[in-house]
Amino acid sequence: MQAKKRYFILLSAGACLVLLFYFGGAQLPEYNIHISPRQKRDVNTSVYKGKRCRMDSCFDFSRCKKNDFKVYVYPQQKGEKISESYQNILSTIEGSRFYTSDPGQACLFVLSLDTLDRDQLSPQYVHNLKTKVQNLPLWNNGRNHLIFNLYSGTWPDYTEDLGFDIGQAMLAKASISTENFRPNFDVSIPLFSKEHPRTGGERGFLKYNSIPPFRKYMLVFKGKRYLTGIGSDTRNALYHVHNQEDVVLLTTCKHGKDWQKHKDARCDKDNAEYDKYDYREMLHNSTFCLVPRGRRLGSFRFLEALQAACVPVMLSNGWELPFSEIINWNTAAVIGDERLLLQIPSTVRSIHQDKILALRQQTQFLWEAYFSSLEKIVLTTLEIIQDRVLQQESRSSVMWNSHPGGLFALPQYSAYLGDFPFYYATLGIKPHSKFTAVIHAVTPLVSQSQPILKLLASVAKSQYCAQIIVLWNCDKPLPAKHRWPATTVPVIVIEGENKVMSSRFLPYETIITDAVLSLDEDTVLSTTEVDFAFTVWQSFPERLVGYPARSHFWDSNKERWGYTSKWTNDYSMVLTGAAIYHRYYHFLYTNFLPASLKGMVDQLANCEDILMNFLVSAVTKLPPIKVTQKKQYKETMMGQSSRASRWADPDHFAQRQTCMNKFASWFGGMPLVHSQMRLDPVLFKDQVSILRKKYRDIERL
Amino acid sequence: MCASGKYTSRGPALIPRMKTKHRIYYITLFSVVLLGLIATGMFQFWPHSIESTAEWSLDRRSVHDAPLVRLPVSSPIPERGDLSCRMHTCFDVYRCGYNPKNRIKVYIYPLQRFVDEVGVPISSTGLSREYNDLLSAISDSDFYTDDVTRACLFVPSIDVLNQNSLRIRETAQALAMLPRWDKGMNHLLFNMLPGGPPDYSTALDVPRDRALLAGGGFSTWTYRQGYDVSIPVYSPLSADVELPEKQPGPRRYFILSSQTAIHREYRAELERLKEENGEALLLLDKCSNLSQGAASARKRCYKGQVFDYPQILQESSFCVVLRGARLGQATLSDVLQAGCIPVILADSYILPFSEVLDWKRASVVIPEEKLPEMYTILKSIPHRQVEEMQRQTRWFWDAYFSSMKAIGMTALEIINDRIYPYAARTYEQWNNPPVVKWSSVNSPLFLPLIPPRSPGFTAVVLTYDRIESLFRVITEISKVPSLAKLLVVWNNQNKSPPEESLWPKIAVPLKVVRTKENKLSNRFFPYDEIETEAVLAIDDDIIMLTSDELQFGYEVWREFPDRLVGYPGRLHLWDHEMGKWKYESEWTNEVSMVLTGAAFYHKYFNYLYTYKMPGDIKNWVDAHMNCEDIAMNFLVANITGKAPIKVTPRKKFKCPECTAIDGLSLDQTHMVERSECINKFASVFGTMPLKVVEHRADPVLYKDDFPEKLKSFPNIGSL
Repeated sequence: MQAKKRYFILLSAGACLVLLFYFGGAQLPEYNIHISPRQKRDVNTSVYKGKRCRMDSCFDFSRCKKNDFKVYVYPQQKGEKISESYQNILSTIEGSRFYTSDPGQACLFVLSLDTLDRDQLSPQYVHNLKTKVQNLPLWNNGRNHLIFNLYSGTWPDYTEDLGFDIGQAMLAKASISTENFRPNFDVSIPLFSKEHPRTGGERGFLKYNSIPPFRKYMLVFKGKRYLTGIGSDTRNALYHVHNQEDVVLLTTCKHGKDWQKHKDARCDKDNAEYDKYDYREMLHNSTFCLVPRGRRLGSFRFLEALQAACVPVMLSNGWELPFSEIINWNTAAVIGDERLLLQIPSTVRSIHQDKILALRQQTQFLWEAYFSSLEKIVLTTLEIIQDRVLQQESRSSVMWNSHPGGLFALPQYSAYLGDFPFYYATLGIKPHSKFTAVIHAVTPLVSQSQPILKLLASVAKSQYCAQIIVLWNCDKPLPAKHRWPATTVPVIVIEGENKVMSSRFLPYETIITDAVLSLDEDTVLSTTEVDFAFTVWQSFPERLVGYPARSHFWDSNKERWGYTSKWTNDYSMVLTGAAIYHRYYHFLYTNFLPASLKGMVDQLANCEDILMNFLVSAVTKLPPIKVTQKKQYKETMMGQSSRASRWADPDHFAQRQTCMNKFASWFGGMPLVHSQMRLDPVLFKDQVSILRKKYRDIERL
Repeated sequence: MCASGKYTSRGPALIPRMKTKHRIYYITLFSVVLLGLIATGMFQFWPHSIESTAEWSLDRRSVHDAPLVRLPVSSPIPERGDLSCRMHTCFDVYRCGYNPKNRIKVYIYPLQRFVDEVGVPISSTGLSREYNDLLSAISDSDFYTDDVTRACLFVPSIDVLNQNSLRIRETAQALAMLPRWDKGMNHLLFNMLPGGPPDYSTALDVPRDRALLAGGGFSTWTYRQGYDVSIPVYSPLSADVELPEKQPGPRRYFILSSQTAIHREYRAELERLKEENGEALLLLDKCSNLSQGAASARKRCYKGQVFDYPQILQESSFCVVLRGARLGQATLSDVLQAGCIPVILADSYILPFSEVLDWKRASVVIPEEKLPEMYTILKSIPHRQVEEMQRQTRWFWDAYFSSMKAIGMTALEIINDRIYPYAARTYEQWNNPPVVKWSSVNSPLFLPLIPPRSPGFTAVVLTYDRIESLFRVITEISKVPSLAKLLVVWNNQNKSPPEESLWPKIAVPLKVVRTKENKLSNRFFPYDEIETEAVLAIDDDIIMLTSDELQFGYEVWREFPDRLVGYPGRLHLWDHEMGKWKYESEWTNEVSMVLTGAAFYHKYFNYLYTYKMPGDIKNWVDAHMNCEDIAMNFLVANITGKAPIKVTPRKKFKCPECTAIDGLSLDQTHMVERSECINKFASVFGTMPLKVVEHRADPVLYKDDFPEKLKSFPNIGSL
C-alpha cells in the first residue's frame, strides 16, 4: 500500500515535472521540443488546399527561375473551339518575352482550353472540361497553372464555380468576390468585351485638365435593371438618387426576351427617361460615373468609365477590384457601399476639387498602363505573378501606381527607386551629376587624326564626364592600350560580344552613372556642346536629349508611316549617335523589347536609334529633346568619313522606313510625339559680348 | 494550468497519511513545480512586461471599483470567428453613418470584473497595463464617444491581449454578455499573443462571433483581408529604453541575430552562415551566467562577451526576426526602434498594418527555406536602398509601433479609412517619413499630357487706364492664331471701361470684367470666363511681342502644361556678402523665373495663387503693388519642383527697369525691392523652391541657315 502510494505520488510529481518542461521549456529554447519548422511548413502545405490555397501551399516555386520567368502554353488540340478573346490571350503570351515552348523550363502553365466563359447557357461554353483538364499530361492537379475566366455561374444564382475542379490552379478571374478571392494567389482581372483591342489600344479620353474640374453632370449611370434576383436591389433603387439635373441615373427594363412579364410600375417611366439621354455624351461630360454591380460583381461600365476619365464610383459590395494586389484604387475611384446608396450624392459632392483632379488623372494613367489592351491585361497578370516569384526583388507600390507603371519599370534592374529615371521628384532627389560616354567604334584605329580620337579628347574634357567606354565592335582586334590618347578620365575598352548593333545598348555593369552619352565614332562634338546637353538632361532625366533630330509622318497615300531626315519645323526623334539618356533605357532596350525587333536591328545594322526613340517615347509619352549644335555636325553626319557608306546607301533610308512600320505594329500604335522646340543656351546668338556667354563655343563656327 | 490544478486538489487527500519527512518533501516538490509553472506561464509569452493587476494606479479605470459580474455556466458562448466575414457582410455600416468629418465614433465598455460561478476570474491577469494604456489612448482621442447610441465601433474592456492568461470559454461568455454584443457586430478586440501550446494558432482562439480582430501574428490563412487588422506585438522595451536616432549609413555588423528562442534547426543554419561570413554576422544568444529576470532581458551574449540589448541592434545593418512558436515577434519592434532593417523569416505571416504600410520599404522578407541564402540576398540590395530602408524603419517605429497608443490609433485609423475610403489617408501619408514628405514633390498636374492645340488660350490683360496702349495690345494679340478669348480685367474702380463700340474689332470674344478693388492679385484670379486651360497673362503695355513669338510660346506651353512659360527670364542668386538672396536681371546664363508681364500657364495656378498661396504673401503683394510674378514663380516651382521655361531671346519688356526717367536710381530701388521679395517669400515657403536652368526654348530652326519663309516661326523678335 505504502509503496503503491509512493509510486503514485512519484508518478504524479513526475507528470507535473514533464508538464512543467512542456510549458516552461518553451521559454528557454522556446520551441526546441516542438516540431521542426520544416515539418510545420510541410503540414501547412498539405492542409491548405483548394479554397485556402496560397502561394506557400499550392505553388511550386522551385520551377521558377528568378531571372527567367517562363510561361508555357499547351498546344492547341484539333477540333477544340476557342473564342477569339481566349485566342488573343494565348497569342499575347506566345508573343511575349515570357513564352517558352518547353514545359520543362516553365514556371507557369496556361491551358489551351477556353475557360473564359463558364456560363452554361452561353454558346461559348466548353463542355466536358472536367475530363479534358484531368487528361492533360502536365496538369499535376493544377499546380503552377493559371486559369483565365471572365464569366462563371449562370442564372439565377451566378455562383463563382467554374464547373470543373481547378485543383491547385490560380485563377485570373473577372468579377471575383472577396470571399472567394485567395489573396496573393488569384488575380482579379477586369471584365473586358470581345471588341477589346489586342495590342496598343485607345488612349484615355482626357485631353487636358480643366479647372474647375467639374463637368456638366456630377454623377451618371445608364444600364439595365434586373427587377428580381441576384444583384437587382442596387439598380432597382437608383431612381431614388436620380435628380434629372446633375445626378442622372438611368435604367431600362427592356432586355431579355420576356421583360414585359416581370415589369413593374416604374418600368415605363424609367424606359422613357432612359431613351432621352445618350450614353457617350454622359460618359464624356460627367465628373463621376456610377459602377453598380450587375448580375455579377464586375461590369463593363468600369473600364468604360476609366477610359473616359469619369471617376468610377463603385457600388459592388465584395468585389475584389481588378489587380487589387498592386493597384491602390483609392487614388482612382470612389469605393461606395451599396448599403449607403442614398449617401452617394453627398459623398461625391464632398470630394475636394484637387482630389477630383488627381483621381481623374490617375484613371488615365491606370487605363493606359494596365487596361487599354488585352495584351496589357494579360501581361499585368503575368507580371503580378512574376513579382510573387521575385519576392524581395519585386516591384514596389510606387512603381505600380505611378507613371510609367509596372510594365515599364522592370524590378530586376534595381531595388532602389532612385536608380530609375522616373522617381527623382517623388523621392526628392537628383540624378547623379556625371555621365558615362559610350563610344561605338566600328573602324580600326589607323591614324592619330581619326575622328574617334578627337571625340574622345573633347568628351573627356567635359567637367561632367565620369568615364568613357569604348565599345569595340570592329572586326579588327583591339588596338594596343597606348594607342588611346591619355585622358583625365578612365577609358574602358569593351570588346563587343557579337559585334551587333544592339550591343551598344547593353546594360554594361561598368556604366556607373545615371546618364549615358551615346556616341558614334565619327560624331563631332565640342566639350561645350556636351556640357550644355548634359545640363539640359538633368532637367529631363526621363527623356532622350540629343542633337540631330528626325521626324515621322503619316503617309496617307501609302497608308503607312513615313520617315524624314529633312530639316523640318518639328521632330520626333533624336539620333542616338549623339544623345544623352538614362542608363535604365539600356536595360529596358535589352530586356523589354522582343528578340524579333532587336534581331531586325542587328541584321540591318540600322534603325537602332529609331527603336530607342520608340521605346523611350512609349514609356514617357513625350517627345525627345533636341539641343542646339554646331552646324558642322550635321554635315559630317551626312558627309565624308567612315559613316558615309552607311548614310549614303539608298537602301539605308528605305530600311529606316520599313523599321518604323515594323516597330509601330509591335508597339500597337505610333508612340512617337512631335516637338516644335529646341533648347538653346539662355544667351544663344544674342547680341551681347561673347564673353558674357557660358556656352560661347556653340555659336562659333 | 488546469493540469496543475488537478494535481493540487488531489494532494491534500494523500498527504495526511504520509510521514512528516515525506510530506515536507512532497509539499516542497509540489510547490516548486507549481511556482515554476506559474512563473513560466507568465514570463514565457510576455517576457518582460508587468503582468499583475494591483501594482499600478489607473488613470481612469480602477479595477477594484469595477462591478463584479458572475457568469452562469450555461451562459451563451459566441460562435467561432467566421472566416468569410468582410466589412460588407459582418459589419453594420449604418451605425457609422455619414458625417462631415469622416470620423468613426468608438465606445468603450465600462470596466467589469467577470468571474465564473465559483468566483474565479476569467483572466489570470485582469487588465494589463498595456490594455489600460490602449483604452486610455482611445478615450483621449477624437474617436471616443461615451454615447453608446452614437458609436460605430465598440471596444470591450475585457483584456484579451495575451491569450495565455485567458480562460477561453469564460472569456467568450463574458463577451457575449456585453449589452451591445449583437453577434459581435462592430466590436473590436485587440490581441497580440494568440494561440497556445502546442499548436499556437495564429488568431485568438476565443470564440467571438463577427467581432473584428486586431491581432498580432496573423497568418495568411487566419487573416480576413480587409476585415481584421494586423497589429504588431508591443515590445515593453519601447517604453523603457531610449535609443537615439542614428543616421543612415554603414554599420559595424551586416547581420545580427538577437533572438533567444530560436529553434535549433534555425540556430544551426545561422551558425553555418556565421562560419561562412565571419565578422559580418553577429549571432547573439541569452547570457547563461546571468540570473533570470528583467535584467537578463537587456543583455545578450556571444561566447561570453556581453552586449547591451537593444543598444547592440543599432550596430547592425540588418537584424534577423525569425518566427518563434508564434509568427509575430516583439523583437520586430525593438529592431525597428534601433533603425536596423528587419529581415523577416516567418512564412505566411501578415506583417503589422500591412493594409497600409509598404513593408518593402522597411524590411526584407525571406522565405524560411531560404535562410541559408540570407547573406547573398541581403548583399544584393543596393547600398542606397539600404539607407532608405534604415530611415524608414525608424519612422515606422516612431509613427506606428512606439507605444500602445500608437498601435491602437493606427488600428482605428485603418478601420476609419475603410469606412470612409474616399477620405482615406494616402499611401504617401502613411509611408513617407517627414524628410521625404518635405523634399518630395507630387505635382498636381502629374499626367504626361500634351493638350491639343485647338482649344487655344485665353489672354488676360490687366489694365487700369492706359486705353490707347491697351487697344494696341488687343489688336496685336488678336493676330495670334490660337487665341480663343480675350479677357480684360478692368482694375480701375473710379472709371468705367470705354463703350463697347470703341473697342477694337477682333475675331474672338472679348470680355471685360470689372474688379472691386485695384489689386495686383486680380490678374491671377481664376475667372469663370477663362474656359481654356492655357492662360496668357499679359500687361496692357506689352506690344513688342510678335504674333509668332506668342504662338510659339503657346506651342511650348502645350509641351510643358505644368510650367510657367514666359519671355524675359530672371535669376535669384545667393549673395555671400550679405548672406541673403538677391534678384538678378542682368545678362545671365541662367534662369530661375520668368516675368508674368507676358507668360503662359495653366489655369490651375490661378486657382492656386488665389486660394492656396502660403502665408501672407498674397496680401503682401497687394499691399506693395509689386512682385506678383515672383510669387507666382515661387508657387509653381514649389508645387511642381520644376523650373519655368524661357522662350525666345527676349530679355526685356517695356518696364520700370528700362523706361525710368531717372534710369539708374529707380532701377536700383526696384531691384532692392525685388530682392526683398525673394527673401521674404523664401522665408514664408521655408525653403528656396526656385530651380535654376541654363536653357531656353527656341523654334527648331531658329537662326538656322534655312529659308525664312519655310520656318513656322520666322518672326521671332530680338532682345
